Amino acid sequence: MNDTICAIATSQGIGAIAIVRISGEEAISIVNSIFKGKDLSKVDSHTINYGHIVNQEEIIDEVLVSVMKSPRTFTTEDVVEINTHGGIAPTNKVLELLLEKGCRLAEPGEFTKRAFLNGRIDLLEAEAVMDMIDAKTENQRKMAANQIDGKTSSLINELRNDMVQIISNINVNIDYPEYDDVDIITNDLLIPKVMKLKEKIKKILKESENGKIIKEGIKTSIIGRPNVGKSSLLNALLQEDKAIVTNIAGTTRDIVEGQIQINGIVLNMIDTAGIRETEDIIEAIGVEKSLKIMEESDLVLFMLNNNEELTDDMKELLDKVKNKKYIVLINKIDLENRLNKEEIRIDKNKIVELSITENKGIDELKEKIIELFNIEEIETKDPTYLSNTRSISILKRCLKRIEEIEESLTNNVPIDMIELDIKNIWEELGTINGSTYEEELLDEMFKRFCLGK
Amino acid sequence: MYEIIVVGGGHAGCEAAYASAKKGHKTLLITGNLKNIADMPCNPHIGGSAKGIVVREIDALGGIMGKIADKTHLQIKMLNSAKGPAVQSLRAQGDKIAYPKEMLNTLNTLEHLEIKEGMVEDLIVDNKTVKGIILEDGEKIESKIVILTTGTYLKADILVGNTRTRQGPHGEKPSQHLSDKLREYGFIIKRLKTGTPQRIDKNSIDFSKTKVEPGDDKYLTFSFDLEPQYKIEDQIPCHLTYTTEETHRIIRENLNKSSMYGALDDIEGIGPRYCPSIEDKVVRFKDKERHQLFIEPESRYYDDMYLQGFSTSMPKEVQELMVHSLPGFEHAKILKYGYAIEYDAIYPTQLKASLETKVLENLFTAGQINGTSGYEEAACQGLMAGINASLKLEQKEPLVLKRNEAYIGVLIDDLITKGIRDPYRLLTSRAEYRLLLRSDNADQRLRKYGYEVGLINDEQITKLKIKEQKIQECLEWAKNQKLKITKEVRERFEEQNYSVPNATLSFEQLLGRPEIKFAFLEQFQHIPYEEAIKEQVEIYLKYKGYIEKSYKEAEKMLKLEKKQIPQDIDYDKIKNIASEARQKLKEVRPTTIAQAIRISGVNPSDISILSVYLKKEYGNNQKNK
Repeated sequence: MNDTICAIATSQGIGAIAIVRISGEEAISIVNSIFKGKDLSKVDSHTINYGHIVNQEEIIDEVLVSVMKSPRTFTTEDVVEINTHGGIAPTNKVLELLLEKGCRLAEPGEFTKRAFLNGRIDLLEAEAVMDMIDAKTENQRKMAANQIDGKTSSLINELRNDMVQIISNINVNIDYPEYDDVDIITNDLLIPKVMKLKEKIKKILKESENGKIIKEGIKTSIIGRPNVGKSSLLNALLQEDKAIVTNIAGTTRDIVEGQIQINGIVLNMIDTAGIRETEDIIEAIGVEKSLKIMEESDLVLFMLNNNEELTDDMKELLDKVKNKKYIVLINKIDLENRLNKEEIRIDKNKIVELSITENKGIDELKEKIIELFNIEEIETKDPTYLSNTRSISILKRCLKRIEEIEESLTNNVPIDMIELDIKNIWEELGTINGSTYEEELLDEMFKRFCLGK
Repeated sequence: MYEIIVVGGGHAGCEAAYASAKKGHKTLLITGNLKNIADMPCNPHIGGSAKGIVVREIDALGGIMGKIADKTHLQIKMLNSAKGPAVQSLRAQGDKIAYPKEMLNTLNTLEHLEIKEGMVEDLIVDNKTVKGIILEDGEKIESKIVILTTGTYLKADILVGNTRTRQGPHGEKPSQHLSDKLREYGFIIKRLKTGTPQRIDKNSIDFSKTKVEPGDDKYLTFSFDLEPQYKIEDQIPCHLTYTTEETHRIIRENLNKSSMYGALDDIEGIGPRYCPSIEDKVVRFKDKERHQLFIEPESRYYDDMYLQGFSTSMPKEVQELMVHSLPGFEHAKILKYGYAIEYDAIYPTQLKASLETKVLENLFTAGQINGTSGYEEAACQGLMAGINASLKLEQKEPLVLKRNEAYIGVLIDDLITKGIRDPYRLLTSRAEYRLLLRSDNADQRLRKYGYEVGLINDEQITKLKIKEQKIQECLEWAKNQKLKITKEVRERFEEQNYSVPNATLSFEQLLGRPEIKFAFLEQFQHIPYEEAIKEQVEIYLKYKGYIEKSYKEAEKMLKLEKKQIPQDIDYDKIKNIASEARQKLKEVRPTTIAQAIRISGVNPSDISILSVYLKKEYGNNQKNK
């Protein structure tokens, strides 16, 4: 566990500089053995030192070396970071030299793992480190930073402390049944306490939904018949934000066709059967598949053709879309109106008319999206909440159980049984920030972590 | 030569000697004073929250405390009867004359037991193994195993006001050197403290100014084998009174005269958090206008009344003032003053789960010497030490009860895993699986073990098997029995303010509702099962969800309990463990990951590191051993 590990901490090949990070007991002595400049074993902690990385007499690179001594470092061990001149070849050479001198190449997530295992950060913070590195927008970065700070963790601890109060109150009643020195706890007395707990969890959950949006973006699909203008819309939206047009599979579990940023919030466009293909060869994706896509979406952009009558399949889909967050787009308003708007039985406020060819209505669509997700509000807040799916799903489960407790209380289930329920939730909440030991959790967590972080 | 010598004739010693002699091992019980066998030097009751369940467990395993209490008590009641079944617990008012007498009679019937008076001051030790005891006069008595159950008698000091006197609770001579010898052998010794209130002459109390606290009007027994040995109407009541403003004033003004508040400056012992002195209560809870005091009879055969809740180490003249300030006690005559007592105990992380010490082989310890308080806590350890000492002689594996099996398991695991700070008292809240550890099912949990070790006979185990079979039958019966909602049935429900079912429901479904009991359903349909069976079925059907959940959690713990930690592990080699955790792990040397998790000061991250280390160093071989 305590050997010295190293890895390239920056993305390979990109950027003007690259950082090689080393952590462990021998971090300083190993780097010192390949460094020409000051004697690193004698420099103060948390200093940056200019010099060269050398292989015997050969100079590999001109570098800046940060020396950070235990325990005030990320891993709590001695940490050295070598800033090299980017480029794959010199950076790899530095790494090779380090390995030669006795470092071991870090396993995925090992730096974070050490930080966690050395008690420097808790589980929630460990997850946040990952998020920080993945952060694409300023909001994501802020939120991850808050988690690394332990702010989110203290949110959970606050909840757990409230529970401990209730638990100990009940326990005193059980253990000292004959004493009226202690306040007698009744179901009626517990109900408001439990309600308060419920409200707190609900609040965290609500804000966490926003957190999820910040972190994971809004999964958005465009549903519509062939030729309605889906790909044109996508291209129109993407055009304005070329910087983050990507075409990668697996950013999330879905195939993402592209990412659009609106006020710092990412819209992940779901690939609906190749909507970016030319429209000539597109085929109808069918009602069933559309339904499935809608189900997976956080936002459905439902496209209708102003120039066409409403078809039966679209009517059917329109009926279903009401359960989701959606906006109905009526495209091609530059063409003759053949669509009977009376047939669209939905909230008129959710309809945007546009003509993509004439570049009309795109801004209005963006406004609607901002309105729909309260994006303005998300932006202005200090983002401290649970943002990963695991934590949120645990919290949701706890909320459901709290609601069950409320019901048990009104059904006169004895308080000692209620205590068991609360204790249970207390333990489960602890798994969010690692206050409760759970074996499987660790393994799963560290599988996610990438090299060198 | 004796096989087992039990040192000390208190509640732990009696159970230990009984178990070992009953199992046919030649046993010597040696006590400082024959008159003090199974003495109750402090409060006169047996049982109470969680403790009552322990007495049931002792009985289920084949111990004797429950039976002796049943035969001699002054009154008995079920605590927490308005709460769930998991926290209900029996509490009996013992008889300080009859109980010890009955105990001595029972012990005297044992063929393999000898009882002797004597003061033990040292052990015969050879190569870290105990071979017998050495008395005060130098006499050596050899045995294969020694069980120490010395209670508060190791270097006991009685503290009253500014006086410290080296003596036991009744003014007897304590053991002067044994704890020093134990320290020499390598034990860590800790000084503890406890206290007791005044005894008051019954005839001098004006009971009209107090509230009567009678026993229950339902027949109850600790033992699974005995019919009730008393008449409800013959029970002797307790009484209730309260401290007054005047009492609190007296205590505050004289606080510096209390041994514990400055009158003595050499107090080392740490008193029980769960049983504070009246000085503590007045100081710590300034806002409380009054504190509750129970006036408990000590015996049918004499007039002393025990003033529960008034434990103190004030000087005698202040105690007079304090007592006389209580309603009904204006003219009370104090027969015995309250005092605090300091004594030595061994730090219990030095014990194995069998209660054999890690320091000396063939030495077992049980009761207050292990840092616990309470007769029940002592008795159950005595029983386990007696059983495990015998099993060791028989070259069998020790009987170690798990936390999901018995409060006894919780207690012993807490002692050896967490150690103690103050005298340890069992509490319901210490048991994670208390829904499984109920008073009503102690027989179903533990009789099998009692039978295996030979303290429960064929007749007793057959009786249990029949009971278990009947419970199954009754569950089946409740499933098939339906209640049609006729007009009359509807009316009966409405009378009780129960919500009326919409359709025909089975008894099983009906009993699942919190409010509906067999007693209510009986008016619609004769229920062909006896009370004890109905009770079990009712509890199961009502709390099925909770019970199943507890089983699941217990399973999770048992899984970690299977992850063994090799006993040769070197904690200094695991570099990243926090230093507090390392020190605790080295001290306790947990045998499983589950036990390691329970050590206070060992955090989840330490456990993670330990798990990773084990996997790396020992591979998967150490798992599921």
